[in-house]
Amino acid sequence: MSTWPILSLLVFLPVGGIAFLALTGRADAQNDRNARDVTLWTSLANLALAIVLAMRFDPGQEGFQFVEHAVWLPELGVAYHLGVDGISVLFILLTALLVPICIVASWTTVVERVRSWMVAFLAMEALMIGVFVARDALLFYVFFEAILIPMFLIIGIWGGERRVHAAFKFVLYTLAGSVLFLIAILTLASMAGSTDMDRLAATSIPLEAQRWIWIAMFASFAVKVPMWPLHTWLPDAHVQAPTAGSVILAGVLLKLGGYGFLRFSLPMLPAASAEFVPLVYVLSAIAILYTSLVALMQRDMKRLIAYSSVAHMGVVTLGLFTASARAISGAIMQMLSHGLVSAALFLVVGVVYDRRHSREIADYGGLVHSMPRYAALFMLFALAAVGLPATSGFVGEFLVIVGVFPVSAVFAACAALGMVLSAAYMLWLYRRVVFGGVPGGAPLPDLSLRETGMFLPLAILVLWLGVQPAFVFRLVEGPAAELAARLLAAQTGGGA
Amino acid sequence: MTALDPALLGALPELFLALAATVLTMVGPFVVDSRRQWLTRAALLALVAALALVPIAPDGPVFGGLFVVDGFAKFMKVLVLGATAWTLLIAEEGRQSASMRAFEYPVLVLFSAIGMLATVSASNLMSLYLGLEMMSIPLYVLTALKRESRHAGEAGIKYFVLGALASALLLYGCALLYGFTGTTAFDALATTLPDASPLGAAAGLVFLVAGIAFKLSAAPFHMWTPDVYEGAPTPVTAFLAAAPKVAAGALLLRVLFGPLVGLADVWMPAIAALAVLSMTVGAFGALRQTGLKRLLAYGTIGHSGYIFVGIAAGSPEGLHGACIYLAVYAVMTIGAFACLLAMHRSHQPFEQVEHLAGIGRRRPMFALAFSTLLLSMAGLPPLAGFLAKLYVFRAAVEAGLFWLAVVGVLASVVAAAYYFRVVYVMYFADGDEDFERVPGRRITWTVTATAVTALLFLVVAPVVVEAAARAAGTLGL
Repeated sequence: MSTWPILSLLVFLPVGGIAFLALTGRADAQNDRNARDVTLWTSLANLALAIVLAMRFDPGQEGFQFVEHAVWLPELGVAYHLGVDGISVLFILLTALLVPICIVASWTTVVERVRSWMVAFLAMEALMIGVFVARDALLFYVFFEAILIPMFLIIGIWGGERRVHAAFKFVLYTLAGSVLFLIAILTLASMAGSTDMDRLAATSIPLEAQRWIWIAMFASFAVKVPMWPLHTWLPDAHVQAPTAGSVILAGVLLKLGGYGFLRFSLPMLPAASAEFVPLVYVLSAIAILYTSLVALMQRDMKRLIAYSSVAHMGVVTLGLFTASARAISGAIMQMLSHGLVSAALFLVVGVVYDRRHSREIADYGGLVHSMPRYAALFMLFALAAVGLPATSGFVGEFLVIVGVFPVSAVFAACAALGMVLSAAYMLWLYRRVVFGGVPGGAPLPDLSLRETGMFLPLAILVLWLGVQPAFVFRLVEGPAAELAARLLAAQTGGGA
Repeated sequence: MTALDPALLGALPELFLALAATVLTMVGPFVVDSRRQWLTRAALLALVAALALVPIAPDGPVFGGLFVVDGFAKFMKVLVLGATAWTLLIAEEGRQSASMRAFEYPVLVLFSAIGMLATVSASNLMSLYLGLEMMSIPLYVLTALKRESRHAGEAGIKYFVLGALASALLLYGCALLYGFTGTTAFDALATTLPDASPLGAAAGLVFLVAGIAFKLSAAPFHMWTPDVYEGAPTPVTAFLAAAPKVAAGALLLRVLFGPLVGLADVWMPAIAALAVLSMTVGAFGALRQTGLKRLLAYGTIGHSGYIFVGIAAGSPEGLHGACIYLAVYAVMTIGAFACLLAMHRSHQPFEQVEHLAGIGRRRPMFALAFSTLLLSMAGLPPLAGFLAKLYVFRAAVEAGLFWLAVVGVLASVVAAAYYFRVVYVMYFADGDEDFERVPGRRITWTVTATAVTALLFLVVAPVVVEAAARAAGTLGL
């Protein structure tokens, strides 16, 4: 095992950046520039650290690695317990990659209260990584819920014209869900005598209790994912959030719900999970079909992508609750891919929004003439969102469909139909924005070096994971197989 | 001077404070206006000295069993004296008008503090009543101390009339308990209550609890709270909101988990009902408030509801959770009122939520600290208030009171909405009202210290949790 606490370092390095930012003096142009530099370098250092973690992680080994354990509140059974498995490593990499991209994306667009913005992003990074490394349920909850505060400020201070409404809707929806999650954790802890996630997973809980706990947890995770019909906060939050806020929201925050299912509902409550599979399937299918149709009708680009996110996350939940290692790995792959692709698509919208200050699709057209590089990158990400083979989007969706098919051909067909619908709305969006007539106004300049720089890593990863998904599967196949086995045992064991 | 009777050593902090308060009362009128601050300093010194005496006092009964000194009393006394001293410290800078600078101010605070200490240590229905009255009567006077303000006068009268009614109820409850058991001593009550008429004992219990719930401003006995908080001068409100609540909470814990523990089946549902009412009244009542002090008043009502969640569990965990909650509540309240005191403006008050618009831009550090304290009160992790709520909810869950815990967390979501609203006004709204810098640094330091405590509480939490556990452990059960 590693001798230095790399996981704590990952969590607290951004906190160090915050402390540094707090020490700088008054807000003037010089200090704003410094704040940007400090934040970028802090987040890049964290990315480097995350890469080191991924390289030193041994996928062949079972269980959690780089474990850190310190007693914290012994009488509640709470400990400062960190550890990672393959799934966490991937999400840490995703988070550590997206944060510097967000910083670059907001380099010139955020000019007010720069320092507060940077503090909010570093706080987000620390908390998000904290969620992915926590191995204690209460610690997980602290990170999970604390994210609300910086996100509330990011939407509320730097958001669009209806930002207050969106910020409140976001906070109250998520809070209402997550407080029930807290009750679930306390109930579990009272049964297991500890909040350690390994202990909780090893405790067998009576089915009746499992049901209630499962519902309480579902309230939290389903809002976060978000699943239909709890998704209505998402379009508002996305539309009003600044570009970088949308990127982090779509890229990482939406994954917390799925991650919660992976860490809590599935391993700790397999019997209840097995029972509720039909519910999850139906809600996922509605999410895929209904929100895809809603996406078709949108005139606002960000709103369209937000609804497409709900549809894509529907595929994820469909896969997660299928007792097949293939489907669960596919769902994780789909989460990662969506993290990259939707983040990129929000950046794509952000680029033209910065130039014309409109999100209306009708205000754009013929961008291919003035912005060829932009058009090419947009094409790549649009196709990845559709799930074209050789992009990361294909791998996840395909595996989920293949995994779900033996269980239920109908739901597999729904997921497949979702891919068709996604082609409809994405390609239609692309046609209207990039081709077609130019709606007047000065031609928009093509991507700057900074903007190209923030798209490039995403583009490379989307393609690389599309043709070389083995990197992901090597990390997730162990945990995914274990979860699938648990779920299968619960299903065949008659809910024992 | 003869040596102090060793049997009285347990009451050393109380005796010392009483001596100090008497001396200050006599010296006070002869101190010229320009030296008045020395009186406050002397009172502060007395409070700190009493605080230092608390751990020295030996455990055991005092005054023939009317008083008891134990770990629980000491924990609560430290909280009470600390909160009193701290609010007096920041009151000095907040007391701007002449009538507020009257020499009676520190003296009344001292007398009230003696009452609180007596309340916390009470082990007899008589000393319980005496302590509560001694705590309350100076509070009524303090509320109305600002003579030139009609609001303060109105608040004082309202507080006094309703407080007197609550005292009457409490006394009636004591009388009933005495009538049905023939004793006023707590330990004797504990042994005789099981044999007493269940209906009579229950009636006494209800009146007793109602009287204490009034002091804690728990719904449905909360009506006075918003008016008094708003009408009283802010330094007094700060004092009123912190220390007396701890004392009343401690008293309730001591009574319910001590002599009345045999009636737990009766009081547990009643306390649960009070908890539900207080949490919902606090949460929904605050939503429509425009004044900061009224908002914090409804916050207090809600907080007493959360304390009641812990009590309703009727278990050692619940007792422990309530102790932690009281400690966290005291610190957060002092911090929030220090923020209110910091927002001073000489020509017109700065007490409306809307006045805060744009403060996030003009005074970023202040806005950050105030937001931290408010969100801590809302119970958001990783702040202090989260841990306090965690412990009371955990007690409820372990006692099988899932419904109570669910109502509690949902009420906390509503409560979060109004705390977030203040944060939103500070950061998102535009406005150009500003306040003046308060002379002196005490308020600034208080705001900083409490906000940092709220922020880093999870790090120091094991110490507080452990101390509260030791305190709760000595209450028997």
